[in-house]
Amino acid sequence: MSDTTILNREDMVTAKNSVSVLFAGDSGDGMQLTGTQFANTVAVYGSDLNTFPNFPSEIRPPAGTVAGVSGFQLQFGTSSVYTPGAKFDVMIAMNAAALKANLANLHHGGIIITDTDGFDAKNLKLSGYGEENNPLRDGTLKDYTVFEIPVVSLTRTALAETGLSTKNIDRCKNMFVLGVLYWLYSLPLETTIKTLKTKFAKKLDLAEANIKAVTAGYNFGDETEMFSQHGRFSVAPADKKPGLYRRVTGNEASAIGLAAAAKKAGLNLFLGSYPITPATEILQTLAGLKKWGVKTFQAEDEIAGVLSSIGAAYGGALAATNTSGPGLALKSEGLGLAVILEIPLVIINVMRGGPSTGLPTKPEQSDLLMAMYGRHGDAPMPVIAAKSPVDCFYAAYEAAKIAVEYMTPVLCLTDGYLALSSEPMLVPSPDELASITPVFSPARKADDPPYLPYKRDDRAVRPWAKPGTPGLEHRIGGLEKQHETGNVSHDPANHELMTKLRAEKVARVADIIPDLTIDNGPENGDVLVLGWGSTYGAIKKAVEQALEGGCSVAHAHLRYINPFPKNLGEVMGNYKKVLIPENNCGQLLSMIRDKFLIEPVGFSKVQGLPFNEMEIEAKITDILKEL
Amino acid sequence: MTDTLAQLTAKDFTSNQEPKWCPGCGDFAVLQQLKNAMADLGLKTEEVVVVSGIGCSSRLPYYIATYGVHGIHGRALAMASGLKTARPELSVWVGTGDGDALSIGGNHYIHTVRRNLDLNVILFNNEIYGLTKGQYSPTSKVGLRTVTSPNGVVDHPINTAALTLGAGGTFFARVMDRDGKIMREIFKRAAEHKGTSLVEIYQNCPIFNDGAFDPFTDKDRKADTTLYLEQGKPLVFGKNNDKGIRLDGFTPVIVDLGDPSVSQNDLWIHDEKDFIKANMLARFFDDPDASEDFLPRPFGIFYVEDRYTYESALSAQIEKAQENGEGTLEELLAGNNTWTIA
Repeated sequence: MSDTTILNREDMVTAKNSVSVLFAGDSGDGMQLTGTQFANTVAVYGSDLNTFPNFPSEIRPPAGTVAGVSGFQLQFGTSSVYTPGAKFDVMIAMNAAALKANLANLHHGGIIITDTDGFDAKNLKLSGYGEENNPLRDGTLKDYTVFEIPVVSLTRTALAETGLSTKNIDRCKNMFVLGVLYWLYSLPLETTIKTLKTKFAKKLDLAEANIKAVTAGYNFGDETEMFSQHGRFSVAPADKKPGLYRRVTGNEASAIGLAAAAKKAGLNLFLGSYPITPATEILQTLAGLKKWGVKTFQAEDEIAGVLSSIGAAYGGALAATNTSGPGLALKSEGLGLAVILEIPLVIINVMRGGPSTGLPTKPEQSDLLMAMYGRHGDAPMPVIAAKSPVDCFYAAYEAAKIAVEYMTPVLCLTDGYLALSSEPMLVPSPDELASITPVFSPARKADDPPYLPYKRDDRAVRPWAKPGTPGLEHRIGGLEKQHETGNVSHDPANHELMTKLRAEKVARVADIIPDLTIDNGPENGDVLVLGWGSTYGAIKKAVEQALEGGCSVAHAHLRYINPFPKNLGEVMGNYKKVLIPENNCGQLLSMIRDKFLIEPVGFSKVQGLPFNEMEIEAKITDILKEL
Repeated sequence: MTDTLAQLTAKDFTSNQEPKWCPGCGDFAVLQQLKNAMADLGLKTEEVVVVSGIGCSSRLPYYIATYGVHGIHGRALAMASGLKTARPELSVWVGTGDGDALSIGGNHYIHTVRRNLDLNVILFNNEIYGLTKGQYSPTSKVGLRTVTSPNGVVDHPINTAALTLGAGGTFFARVMDRDGKIMREIFKRAAEHKGTSLVEIYQNCPIFNDGAFDPFTDKDRKADTTLYLEQGKPLVFGKNNDKGIRLDGFTPVIVDLGDPSVSQNDLWIHDEKDFIKANMLARFFDDPDASEDFLPRPFGIFYVEDRYTYESALSAQIEKAQENGEGTLEELLAGNNTWTIA
């Protein structure tokens, strides 16, 4: 190889606006780790990004098979990135099964980087291609740019002198591939090297081997002729707001949001929870926050999860419980108790495909009506929804604020897509977070008039009485209560009054929530795309593209579903048509029709997959044609 | 509302709500002894929370002038667990029934006793569903005719003592509703025990299951059908204390103390710290009406074990995590992996 070639290649750096990459391999190939490393590197480099893991629901599926393929998808870019990308531009396929499982989602003409050692007879057979049908040879990939790299062999060569066992050396092959990718996208190795040093601080030989492997991969890119035709790519850093950043998944963000709310409010956080996919990381994250005084209680079941939280809330803690659809169903009786007790409680429901066990690892938005109405009796509670992984932080925080300040359970909806996706979060300073002000009744003296636990203020909110406070001793429960005294009452008129007061209190939350704003597009026009929850990224992108194409279209996204922002009807009235895309069969659509007596256009996708921007843009175009 | 310096009396623990139990209900006696015990223990009304589920007995909190929460069916223990975990310094009492604790709340029962939170649980066992008007419960005797078992119950009943010990309970006692003095003392022992104290009360329901415990309360029979456990004392029962229990290997045998060949020294001495023997006592569960050959039903404290409580262990973990200071909000928001964009 001559210097000239390298010099020529150095000249060939193609700038890209954004790139979507999939790391795919066997569950044991370390693809989640590799993808995470790549994500950290591009984040520190200054790109905006969004990641999404895609792993099998089985813990140890058969190696080498399609069922055992684990993937990590990520999009990084110069401008804002809202989704991990509908299709990928680049796919790393560590074996034949990884290729087979994901080829359909690779852009036509996209790049495939393969480990040829993962395409031996055994892997071909296990993948289902068959020993005779090697896709690298039979023309299957003729429309793609394929880079075949014998990763295992090259890693073994590079690490031959480390003295490590072949098994340990082979475990470094993912780092080799990562190095190649860093070279290809003109990215630095520093972030990964730093992480490896920390991760293997007590196993220096492994740290060194992994660093060697990632460096060898990078140097391979430099030296090989393989890329000479295509050269390298670069994605300039995004124009992001200056400040301190961290990367969070939606579930991590939800957990931190709760803990931050407790700190800000001066309360202790209690989480009663039972493990359930895809909500468990909230419990896991909070279990690790003991330094912040967080108490987590892994309950015996979903019911005990919510009831223990109700007990803690009665005791004066900021109490929360988290779950997913089947668990929310089990908690619904407890939520009725929280409604009538009028105590603060945050319920984070991470939606997944249902009904029943349904699609436990796949996202859906189909618990909205259960969140709204899925309780016995007239039992309204505020319902809010997060729109992005970072927004899970703010949604959980705001749910806690409403819960504490309005003495009510609040349902916060996220979903499996947000829960596992990650993106950079601009770390807020404590002062930037809204205040949270619990109002505990003060102690009373013997000659004070009797304490009235259900005496409401002008917002219809009752006070919070912390056990241990002298003079506030009172007894409350699930039986209907007399107005003001809280004593058991079966009086017909009182029940109606209390039912209405409970509803009024929730309705008055509308007084403190901001008006709905137009996220993008004109203040009035042909089509308003009204979204909620995790459809944000896809709608945002679709509307951006439609606007570029000259369409009269706007995007508004609902955070507050109960109560709705006061101006929602007015906003919708400024457009000829309202389009509501949802990952369910039209649940927000029903609510909007019910409340505003209008006929919006619904757009459903219930495949356990999020929308992509192309689908929504096509729908916008269809509607515009019919106008 | 009371003067916090003076020792309170049972009256200070009486709320302004009139109990709505049926005349003659065993619940009244329990309520009175509970208030007596709270006063004896020197508790203050503001530091006590009484938690309950659903059922006749679960109305308990309304009648005690402390803090109280009346929850939903079966979930009193779950609610109390959250409360005690969040606020370990409170004195938390739970009122529950056989249906509430052992049927709909059975799962919470098992897990609460194994976690050993410092809760005082009063299980009112009347062997019937009273509030829903007389359906059989998980402790009803086989053959009992009720509205839902017109031909007699076929379910085998739960043995509360065996269940509690089997689930890893650290305190189990059984009391008859009419034994007021014993009840008061056992409530105090339960409160002093650091852990989940389970007190099962045989409580007569005069309306739907009247006389369920007659075999153990009948003047003529009770001496032979009941066995009152006292720490360090031999197991002696019967009219004139003429019968004793001796262990023949692992088999409890009733011996006649009038027999000159039987010595008091051979008798089983009650030791509430002995787990194996407590388990054997729990199996003294014969129905005196079913056969002539039965072991007497034990009352009193079966078993007491010193074991760490859930909330103390959790608090210790938090203290350890905070030994170099509590985490700040800034640290929480930033996490441990950040980068700066200038």
